[in-house]
Amino acid sequence: MADKSEIWLGTLSLMVLQTLATMGPQHGYGLAKRIEQISGDRLSLNYGTLYPALLKLEQEGAITSEWGVSDNNRRAKFYKLTRAGRKHLERQTREWQETTAIVDRFFSPSEEG
Amino acid sequence: MGKIRRLWTRCRTTIGGHGSDQDFADELESILQMHTDDNLRAGMTPEEARRQALIRLGGVEQVRQAVRDRRGLPPLEGLGRDLRYAARILLRTPGFTVVAILVMAIGIGASVSLFTVIHSVLLSPLPFPHQDRLVAIYSQDDLSKPDSGNIVAPGDFYDWQNVSHGYEQMAIWRWTGFNMSASDGQLPEFLNAGTCSWNLFSALEISPALGRSFTPADDNAGAARTVMLSWRFFERRFNHNPALLGNTVRLNGQLYTVIGVLPDWFRYPNPKIQLWVPWQVEIPRETQRSHYDHIGYVLGRLRAGVNATAAIQELSAVQHQIYLRFNGTGPVEQGAIARALLEDIVGEVKRPLYVLLAAVVCLLFIACLNLSNLLVARSAARRREMAIRTALGSSRLSLVRQQLTESLLICLSGATVGLLFATAGTRWLTTHWEELPRAYGVHLDSMALAFALGITLLAGVLAGLLPAFSASGGAVLSALQENSRGIGGSASRTSLRKALLTGEVALTVVLLVAAGLLFRSFLRLRGVNLGCTTKNVLTMNYFLRGDKYSKPEQIVNFDTQLLEKVRHLPGVQAAGLTNVVPGDGYYGDHEFWIPEHPAQPPEEHHFAAYRTADPDYFSALKILLIRGRFFSENERLGHDKYVIVNQELVHQFFPAEDPIGKHLRVEWRTPQGENYEIIGVLGNTSYQIGRPARPMMWFPILAGIPGNSADSVLVVRSAKDVMSLATPIQKVIASLDPDLPVKNILTMEQIVGESTTNSSFTATLVLSFAGLSLLLAAVGLYGVLSYLVTQRTPEIGIRMALGAERERVLSLMLLDGMRPALVGLALGMATSVAITRLIRSVLYGTSPLDATVFVSVIVTLLLSSTAACLVPAWRASRIDPMHALRSE
Repeated sequence: MADKSEIWLGTLSLMVLQTLATMGPQHGYGLAKRIEQISGDRLSLNYGTLYPALLKLEQEGAITSEWGVSDNNRRAKFYKLTRAGRKHLERQTREWQETTAIVDRFFSPSEEG
Repeated sequence: MGKIRRLWTRCRTTIGGHGSDQDFADELESILQMHTDDNLRAGMTPEEARRQALIRLGGVEQVRQAVRDRRGLPPLEGLGRDLRYAARILLRTPGFTVVAILVMAIGIGASVSLFTVIHSVLLSPLPFPHQDRLVAIYSQDDLSKPDSGNIVAPGDFYDWQNVSHGYEQMAIWRWTGFNMSASDGQLPEFLNAGTCSWNLFSALEISPALGRSFTPADDNAGAARTVMLSWRFFERRFNHNPALLGNTVRLNGQLYTVIGVLPDWFRYPNPKIQLWVPWQVEIPRETQRSHYDHIGYVLGRLRAGVNATAAIQELSAVQHQIYLRFNGTGPVEQGAIARALLEDIVGEVKRPLYVLLAAVVCLLFIACLNLSNLLVARSAARRREMAIRTALGSSRLSLVRQQLTESLLICLSGATVGLLFATAGTRWLTTHWEELPRAYGVHLDSMALAFALGITLLAGVLAGLLPAFSASGGAVLSALQENSRGIGGSASRTSLRKALLTGEVALTVVLLVAAGLLFRSFLRLRGVNLGCTTKNVLTMNYFLRGDKYSKPEQIVNFDTQLLEKVRHLPGVQAAGLTNVVPGDGYYGDHEFWIPEHPAQPPEEHHFAAYRTADPDYFSALKILLIRGRFFSENERLGHDKYVIVNQELVHQFFPAEDPIGKHLRVEWRTPQGENYEIIGVLGNTSYQIGRPARPMMWFPILAGIPGNSADSVLVVRSAKDVMSLATPIQKVIASLDPDLPVKNILTMEQIVGESTTNSSFTATLVLSFAGLSLLLAAVGLYGVLSYLVTQRTPEIGIRMALGAERERVLSLMLLDGMRPALVGLALGMATSVAITRLIRSVLYGTSPLDATVFVSVIVTLLLSSTAACLVPAWRASRIDPMHALRSE
């Protein structure tokens, strides 16, 4: 199950959740732009990759969606974090930090030397 | 948690359909719009803005597909699509579909029905707590012969009970019967009953539904008479009136206090038993201590944790001590044997049932082969469709899945119809097979449903796999090109079908042979000469019991009057009395000595089955007199020291002398025994069909000894339609004693029929299965050859155009079609030779390699396969060459 795309999907989901948590409800286009922006344009997202992640999160109940109107008066679908999603994000963040901390210790110059 | 929720959402989406496809398209469009707006703002031209947005979107179709795959459950959707498609295809060829479904319905229905019977009769545990500790115990005649089990003498039983350690409880019972006089507008009736030691019910660990069980105080020679009723009798005769408890009923003229009613579900040992009375009240005092009178069935409950073998070994040792103590002065058994109670109850039908199951499985297998065959034929016709689908990118797996879905759909529909068949079949089986034990507990339950589902899926996969792989494999291109000048187009497919057919024919042959053997054995049984006539003979039982018949004169008076009146009824040719007619069982035997012979060694004992008869009984049944004479009117009451013997007794004990005038000493009237003069020798009559003759002796029934002469069978012979005499005779009996019930009004033919039910059942059923599979095989042959003919029409056209004669074409096609039949026949014959010895034990007087059966099977198969092949072959020979060539 855990092939490369699934892992990428997991990471992307985390970014989506975090973005929604900080910015509030957002539509797909806005989300993509925001993620690119935060990554300092080092990530280039096309919606083809973003969309499956949104679908998965929605199916899991972490986010809900609703049609609304964008800043430019365009009809757009807005995604919103749910309570379950917020909890999920907290847990995931914790895990992520732990993992990166451990991995960091492997790559940082040895301390005992 | 999230995973489950996601799965649920996906399932819901799948079932709910594709309603949100539009939603997704809208969203993509909106994203595209917003992106285009941004690009415009960045100063691009409208065309360029849209183009860039589209590029960033990354292939609308791919995204759409990825989303579609993730949103629902593609395998589930695939299944739905396959199902819809399969159903549509099946509906398009209703003829094929109906045939295929019916074939599977028969196969599955028969299997489920048999499984149900086997499961509830043979496999499901008895309804008693810790039933695995219950055993039936028999005494053993001869330690060197393991199958010389015999029912138990009460004296042995009480000794066992006193000294053995392995059994928690040990109970004894036997059949008995009571006359219940007419009362409250109810007719007099004879009640089958059991008499048992007080602890029978506690040994089985059951408690009565009402009232109480017997206690040791009830089971005592001097105790007040008590009775326990079966629930059904209580319901039928007393309308379950609880006030009956503690009140009395009159049985054989005596008052018995009703102390309890057994639960409704309790049917042990036989549902015919209507009531129970305590053993010691019923069995005469001297018999209770006897080690010679083998009359009782013993049931034991093993102590928890005791090894069954160790327990019976101890018991056998105890019995051997008894045997040694008697030092051969009487017929004492040498040991004891035990078998599980369930085995004891159902042992008799085990083999017939398994034979039937084997036949049914064969039938199901043939049905699968047939379906497989039909599907291969269709897949051949759909080869181009498959090729096109492959060319368009359908994976092989999805094609196989599609084919499997089709065969599973057929099998599932077949199973649905089959379950109806199974319900009807099971009901028929249990109501018509009278000797089937535990028949009352047989019904389709969840186990049977699970079994049905299991074999359905198995059958579906079995039948679908072969055609699926044969259809989906192979070169796409050749399939697409084929048919242009297709001569012998799909040769491999045809050979696959022929191989399937060969298997089908081989199985059919095995079934036919088994059916033939069983049927022949059944005919042999029916044809057995009982040693008397069975034509137009009516029999009925009555039992003279109670105060009214406590003196010999009373019994003789009743019998004489009855015979006198019956003989004067119009239509009656002859009438007589006995205690048991030929073919109706062994009944019982007595030891005898021959005073004229030197004293036999003490360990040697001679037994003969005992019968009673009035002077006219033998001529009424046309039993052959070989020497001497029948009884006369003089041999009655005290003047009864005469005996008639059968040829088998003479053969064994008077091999070289004239038995007439010699004597038999038998303990008939008194425990001391008397000498009886032999006055006649009769031809052998069989006590039970299919069993060898045993020595037999007849005493005058008109001696009127209460007990010995009280069990009577009235035998009436007429010129025609003897059944119509039943009512007039019953009226005569009622006029003599309105309280006397009559039981078992049966013709001799019915009695013989009853004793051959097991074998007639197996034979008839296996024969019908064999007939069905023959039909299936013939249909298969016909189908394959017809298909072949259609395939080869152009070839045949060319042959004919080049001058082949119609006769040659006919024989060519005929041979082609017959080849699988012939190979199958040979295979089937070889298999039959190898396996028919497995059913040897259910055959009577028939060798497992009976030549007649084998030859008739060969002839039947050849005839029916020729008939099946002839039609398509003939059609081939009628082909118009011009038409055939033009139709390309």
